[in-house]
Amino acid sequence: MTAFRRLVFRDLRLAFRQGGDAAMVVGFFVLTVILFPFGVGPEPEILSRIAAGILWVTALLAALLSLERLFQADWEDGSLEALALMPLPLEAQVLAKCLAHWLVTGLPLALVAPLLGLLLQLDTAGYPVLVAGLLLGTPTLSLIGAVGASLSLGARRGGVLLSLLVLPLYIPVLIFGVAGIEAAIAGLAARPYLLLLGALLAAALPLAPVAAAAALRQALE
Amino acid sequence: MALHRFANPARFMRLSAAILPWFAAAAAVLLALGVYLALFVAPPDYQQGDDVRIMFVHVPAAWLASFIYLLLALASAVAIIWRHPLADIAAQSAAPLGAAFTALCLVTGSLWGVKMWGTWWVWDARLTSVLVLFFLYLGYIALVNAFDEPTRGARAGAILALVGVVNLPIIKFSVDWWNTLHQKASVFRLGGPTIDPSMLWPLAVMAVGFTFFFATLLLLRMRTALIAAKIRALRLAEIERLRPARAAARQQVLT
Repeated sequence: MTAFRRLVFRDLRLAFRQGGDAAMVVGFFVLTVILFPFGVGPEPEILSRIAAGILWVTALLAALLSLERLFQADWEDGSLEALALMPLPLEAQVLAKCLAHWLVTGLPLALVAPLLGLLLQLDTAGYPVLVAGLLLGTPTLSLIGAVGASLSLGARRGGVLLSLLVLPLYIPVLIFGVAGIEAAIAGLAARPYLLLLGALLAAALPLAPVAAAAALRQALE
Repeated sequence: MALHRFANPARFMRLSAAILPWFAAAAAVLLALGVYLALFVAPPDYQQGDDVRIMFVHVPAAWLASFIYLLLALASAVAIIWRHPLADIAAQSAAPLGAAFTALCLVTGSLWGVKMWGTWWVWDARLTSVLVLFFLYLGYIALVNAFDEPTRGARAGAILALVGVVNLPIIKFSVDWWNTLHQKASVFRLGGPTIDPSMLWPLAVMAVGFTFFFATLLLLRMRTALIAAKIRALRLAEIERLRPARAAARQQVLT
């Protein structure tokens, strides 16, 4: 457990000292969302109709943006090989790295999203579900992303490849995240969608680290 | 395990050479018969007219699209568990075929959509899941070819195929749900399971013919991959053999 915690703190420290992983992700999120009114026009009706979709799709892309760095730096400077020699199983290490990744990307995204919701005239009923959905959904994005990131380690054109691998797998999270907000706005229960997002997280939590660790092992061979 | 007997490349080459002509002949005969039945014997649909004949290509392609992904995942599991090189070759040979059948399914579906629904694309649940399946195939192919070392690509691809097969039902379910949420007005479609025997028989013949066609192509691709690997090994051996002679010749020039 100590090793797990240390690994999380190490990754967090690295992220903060190198400066701006979180800031960059949030910056990308804000900028991209701001582009939409220019694209579809400033009419409040249109914006509030598509706000939930814009926020979720953009959050998804922002989370994707930082995935490449999840294992890349450690792999390049060889510390991944040292980590693989630790008594802590590789699966748990992947989990620790995902947790750190989520703390610097998913969590800030979920906190900033309501502000952007204001800009997009999101209906008031949607805010709690937006934040709750992002809090439940973004860890799943980090976990699935870890599988893609470990598989594409050392590949040519890794970044483009990563999005091709990961984006199709993100579709369920996107669907339930947006559907929950729209249900809340329509006055229906959002609980089932949040439960489904929780179910996706509960499935990804044990399965994704196993797949990612297997991929890391063969990358280190 | 009995399966291991067939995993030996030399035995595979012998067996596949024996089977291949039969499979090819079966594919040719069944496809010819199927096309004849589909175009001339099967009656036009009472609502869709002759346009319904697209079904005889579309449905077998759709069936093969998902069947091949299952095969890909199965071969990948065998490759991961027992490290059989032949399973890797099977998975890699099957993937482009699966992508091609998925593309065929999408294109014929789109053409059918123009005639029936008046639009090239509808965000229908089934269309959407097939589109996602197509991207899963593309991701697999891109990943396998993205490494300088072929074995690394094969291993990564095998893991991705298994991740994909776990995700496929989840994606399918979520897309179905999303579709029923958003698309209140249901699209006009052919009446589900009650398909007339006069159309069912040509469809069955076409489906079996398509499957034999796929099996023929798969065996051919696997044989080609094995032969290519053998040629590469022979060339490397040739270089190794020539090296001392060349070194000696160079030595002679220098002195």
